[in-house]
Amino acid sequence: MTEALLTVENLHTQFRTEGGVVQAVDDVSFNIQAGETFALVGESGCGKSVTALSIMGLIPNPPGEITSGSIEFDGVDLLQVSSTEMRSIRGSKIGMIFQEPMSSLNPVLTIESQLAEPLKIHIGLSSAAANDRAQELIDMVGIPDSKTRLKQYPHELSGGQRQRIMIAMAMACTPRLLIADEATTALDVTIQAQILDLMQEVTEKSGAALLIITHNLGIVARYADRVAVMYAGKLREVGDASDIYAASQHPYTVGLLRSVPRLDSEKGTPLSPIGGEIPDLTNLPGGCAFNPRCQWAVDRCSIEEPELIEIAQGKQVACFEHASVSLSV
Amino acid sequence: MWRYIAQRILVSIPVVIMVGIITFTLVYVGPGDPAAIIAGDEATPEILEAIREDLGFNRPFPVQMGDWFWKLLQGDLGTSYFSKREITELITPRLQPTLSLGFQVVVLSTLIGISTGMLAAWKAGSRLDRNLMILAVLGFATPGFWLAFLTIWLFAVNLGWFPVIGYKPIQDGLIPHLHSMFLPVMVNSILASAFISRITRSAMLEVLREDYIRTARAKGASEFSVFIRHAFRPSAIPVATVIGASIAGLATGFVLTETIFAIPGLGRMLVDAIVRRDYPIIQALLMVVAIVLIGVNLIVDILYAYIDPRIRY
Repeated sequence: MTEALLTVENLHTQFRTEGGVVQAVDDVSFNIQAGETFALVGESGCGKSVTALSIMGLIPNPPGEITSGSIEFDGVDLLQVSSTEMRSIRGSKIGMIFQEPMSSLNPVLTIESQLAEPLKIHIGLSSAAANDRAQELIDMVGIPDSKTRLKQYPHELSGGQRQRIMIAMAMACTPRLLIADEATTALDVTIQAQILDLMQEVTEKSGAALLIITHNLGIVARYADRVAVMYAGKLREVGDASDIYAASQHPYTVGLLRSVPRLDSEKGTPLSPIGGEIPDLTNLPGGCAFNPRCQWAVDRCSIEEPELIEIAQGKQVACFEHASVSLSV
Repeated sequence: MWRYIAQRILVSIPVVIMVGIITFTLVYVGPGDPAAIIAGDEATPEILEAIREDLGFNRPFPVQMGDWFWKLLQGDLGTSYFSKREITELITPRLQPTLSLGFQVVVLSTLIGISTGMLAAWKAGSRLDRNLMILAVLGFATPGFWLAFLTIWLFAVNLGWFPVIGYKPIQDGLIPHLHSMFLPVMVNSILASAFISRITRSAMLEVLREDYIRTARAKGASEFSVFIRHAFRPSAIPVATVIGASIAGLATGFVLTETIFAIPGLGRMLVDAIVRRDYPIIQALLMVVAIVLIGVNLIVDILYAYIDPRIRY
């Protein structure tokens, strides 16, 4: 294996809320290799977006705070660098796309000025050069009639087009890592596939790694090389996408997979959603946070917290009973 | 854009006509007989009748109003009952003090209001923010006349830095002019800026929570650029509204200010005309004020469209 592009180690990010301190990201460690597509999967509120914002150094403080851990990117610990250095990394070496294409672009600035901005900040291009490059970027993300588009405002574009602009903006300075935080959740299904294909295409072309944050397992199956499954702030399973799909060994992942319709399942097989509710993050159950909803849970699960351990080459699971967990049962 | 502006101007015309009808009617049905006032205490019924005949008071109401409108269209605001002079002639020398006061107050209060509001938003939650906002609350809770008398007492009477009264026109030189206007300008600016400041702060804080602000940060924009380039313009709409409204407030506030500071402007002219029941002057000045306010609203509407490209009526 080559040197990892991004290594997150023992990351702890917490938020102070009225209900108490919420450990949104609790001892998360994973790494992303250069050029690979990595998916971070989980339900709403499990901490996947907070993980992404922690990498970007965009945790709103207060109320949020990274309390410990390290995020090493391209040989630099992002948690140790100054805010000026972090700014020079954001938008140039790491690009990010957000969930809401409708509200993620500034409504009063033209597409051109928003696209040209990172080029001016990081590469120091002149306005004219940046504007020329902006037009190339629009062409790159497949929006026709780029010349007119440049002068338009976000409200004149469709949701899919705006997300294309976001991709163009995030890729403007050819970053080494592109983070897509639920980037297609707000889009029509047909547009979703186009946007994901586009993200994969542009990152493959430039050799950038892609971190997809999603709750959609279909996306994971189709695009990701490796997957990390997150639940209540902790990683529960990490492994190759194909492996997780075929032979997941964590009850939560199994639950997620069973609750999605599969083309290869027999006709008439009912979907089985995960029983129970997502726990309150200010008041997590003792032991493994998933144990109240787990069909494999044993006594030990409500007392002791299972560690994320490597059970095979490149495969990690945090479950005492992983050996007996399987999709088919 | 030009079509939009032309549309707004066309829409303003019926408003001006409505204001004219209301103004004329109000003054017409108001108490007091102008003929009696003109004639004085010793007037006989014959003299009153002659005055009425002479000035056209005994004509039917619609005819009087029609006549007034017709003259207005030709730029003729009528003739004062008392001085018998053309009102346009009387108004002209009064314009400069009021316009100068208005211009200075609008510019100064906008500058003070927006800069303190942005500073408070930049340092939101800090002691500076709290102190600025306490000042702002004090600012719009303070009655203008009280602050006016207080500043006169302190800066003019006791310290002698500024004249108590005594307006100097621009023709006497810019510095003496500004010096003579300093206290009224400051009093009005401080009060008007308080509201602008609060609105600027809250609008900025609201915009700073928007997704596109996070996008700007994700692009690596500096906090200063996030603040000025990305957040200020979207938050300028409520600010423009408040500035427009404060200009409307100034128009009435000037009646008070000009009286207290003895500035020979339109505000004092209006007070004098009301005291003397000089109806043509009252009507003319109300029309002028109304047209100015409609103009201000028009400018604010056009500013909206300039600030936010999504706004096209």
